[in-house]
Amino acid sequence: MSTLTALARAQAVASGEAEPIATVRHLHLHRKPFVLVPLTMAGEANAPLAALAGASQMSPTLLVVPQPRNRDQRFRFASELAEVLLPYVDSFTGMAEPIAVDRGRDVRYRFTDAPQLWVPNTGGVEFVKLLGRSTRFRRTDGDYPVPPGVPLLGRWLTYFGQAAEMPGSSLLLNMVQALGLHWATGQSGAEDAQLAAQLAWISPPPGMTGRDAARAAEGAAAGPATDPEFDNKVLAPLMEADDVPGLTTALRDVLQPVWDQMWHALSLLRALPPGARVASRWDADRDGFSAYVAGIEEGLPPQPRRDGPVAAASRLHRLENAATRYGVQRALDDPLVMAEHRLTGAAFAGVVTMAKDDRVDETGKRPVLRPRIMVATTEPVRVEAGANLTSPARPAQKAKVVSITPTPDGADVLLELSGGMGRKLVAEPGSVPAVGERLLLTTLSDAFRPGAAFPDPAQTPWTHGGPVVE
Amino acid sequence: MLDAAGIDKPKLSERVGFPGQFGQSRFALARGNGFEAMLKADEGALLLTALGYPALKVGYDDLGADADETLAQRHARTRELLGDEAGAALIDHPLLMLDVAGQTVFLEPDLIAFQRAGRLQVVEIKSFAIIDGQADSAKVSAAATQAAVYVLALRNLLSSLGQDPGLVSHEVVLVCPENFSFSPVAVVLDVRKQLATLRRQLARMASAATLVAALPPDTSFDLALPPETLANALAGVSARYAPECLSACELASYCRNEAAGTTAALGRPVRDALGGIATVEEALALAGGARPANEDQAEAAALLRTAARLRAEALGAPPP
Repeated sequence: MSTLTALARAQAVASGEAEPIATVRHLHLHRKPFVLVPLTMAGEANAPLAALAGASQMSPTLLVVPQPRNRDQRFRFASELAEVLLPYVDSFTGMAEPIAVDRGRDVRYRFTDAPQLWVPNTGGVEFVKLLGRSTRFRRTDGDYPVPPGVPLLGRWLTYFGQAAEMPGSSLLLNMVQALGLHWATGQSGAEDAQLAAQLAWISPPPGMTGRDAARAAEGAAAGPATDPEFDNKVLAPLMEADDVPGLTTALRDVLQPVWDQMWHALSLLRALPPGARVASRWDADRDGFSAYVAGIEEGLPPQPRRDGPVAAASRLHRLENAATRYGVQRALDDPLVMAEHRLTGAAFAGVVTMAKDDRVDETGKRPVLRPRIMVATTEPVRVEAGANLTSPARPAQKAKVVSITPTPDGADVLLELSGGMGRKLVAEPGSVPAVGERLLLTTLSDAFRPGAAFPDPAQTPWTHGGPVVE
Repeated sequence: MLDAAGIDKPKLSERVGFPGQFGQSRFALARGNGFEAMLKADEGALLLTALGYPALKVGYDDLGADADETLAQRHARTRELLGDEAGAALIDHPLLMLDVAGQTVFLEPDLIAFQRAGRLQVVEIKSFAIIDGQADSAKVSAAATQAAVYVLALRNLLSSLGQDPGLVSHEVVLVCPENFSFSPVAVVLDVRKQLATLRRQLARMASAATLVAALPPDTSFDLALPPETLANALAGVSARYAPECLSACELASYCRNEAAGTTAALGRPVRDALGGIATVEEALALAGGARPANEDQAEAAALLRTAARLRAEALGAPPP
């Protein structure tokens, strides 16, 4: 928890309303998101009980399993979910755009859009993963056949579940986390895990404070776990009586409020302007989606139960890279996130007090344009001479710290600029910060990070499946 | 302390105006009991298979159902069985005792002490699934802590019988359903770490008697008393509320209300990030510069003021 977010929580306690902790939306919000609100049977290993699903707020599909312990009924649920979800996923494979690769020598195709799934909370993500695990290895023929569509559903759910682990991906999102990324409530994180209470803080009904609304909303389960009280008093008698219409009504009554909260929350998120770098992350999501569609067409087997050692290592590397990139991009997109870095000294703001925009460095083989600027700041500067800084306003320009001179109320930082000023020995107008301009500089860099080179199979250590050394 | 006095906490919290929502689903109970019954059927045949001894003929002693009247008798029988060198290999429904804060607590493991090669192992049966070799980490750690309590109690018992407490293995066996099926799988957990934590916590726990001595002599939690009197009595017992209490204690809603306005009520990370300042009001006053910081708070106050300035600047509001 950063001090800024903690402060926002304290302010929310005082005001009784949620406080913003982001000025832009840090995730891609689909024009047609698919919402899934699942319920499971208590005690069982991911036995689906019911779900509301669909990409239309007005006409969700209600799926009900009258006897969740019955294997056939479980797979019927999966089959019915497949009938709703697979056409939605398929609807994005119609149009593709060419992307130049390998410096324009080759071209690949990427679908112009991709699916986006929303679940209420981390439990919902877990549900998607486990349902994927329990269905993707099933066969539609043989001894225990499952309805067609079920194994394919399993692969897609697994794909979404894995995408949800990738920081910055918007293929499968959970609402509690998405709201928590943009607003701080005046309650603890543990209490925020209840969608109804968290949403009440952010958008209370008219005439109520967020605090009062949240207390009133507490205890409303958003799934996948049901309320034990509901299990014992409502569900169990209906199941024993085999009352399917009664069960359907009771489950709809539990799911409908969550469904409405999901769409209300989506409209709140939609009201935020998207961050500048959100679209590029969605491009990466579309890349991944296109590649997986191609993989299925080529007859790729279902995802393994567990990644092999090499696959796990490379996936971990990609996840770490994505986490770093996501953190940097959010800071560059959002001054409120950048403020956290200014607090810790990884970024500082100052005013340009001197600018020599025509300075040319002639010590090398060819003369190069290297303007120098002096920035006066009153904030703590925790960088050293030689560090490379960038400014979110000029992402293509590097600023190398030449010297830092302490002043009575802060420091004067002398910087040498390179890049982003055109190709001539005279800087393009406006490309060098002018005297009097307020500038934010940070050590965070959004530069391309190459993937790690993993050794080939013969060189792989035995710990990761390579040859055993005698 | 309330636990030591055997007070009905759900009823108490209801009387003082904070009814809690606690209980277990019938479905979960049914599954847990069903799984245990299946394993223990036929003198634990399936359980032995899961433990890797399918054909082993072992003694099996069921000490009877969970019932309060048989407590002393079951404990005596447990002692007797364990004291016996040629003792049983499987003991169902044993009863152990442990001293917690000066009070003797009965432990009723739904489990079995399993003896092999002269070593005693605690077997814990849980109904959460292990899927592809992985299970919910929170549930596993809870099971490990629980099993560690049993290991400790069992060691104490052996010591009191004049035997070597080291006979009780620090490795416990967890038996769970595998994947999405109902067939059991056994995994071994090392609970040495949990044991060390447990010993430390037990040693540090002030005895309940000391706590009671510090209260006014007329303090009473008789549920027949009027709610105001009960609330006053509760106010005399200090609690350290944390959001984690909500999922564990019936009185959490009461304590949360009592802790309103403190930074700890927002969770430990928030409190730490606010420099350990105790109340929200104080933290905001320091951040706004409305209150002079004392010596201890100087560093936290400077951080909070900077944070408030940066936040206001980023939100486009005038700085405080």
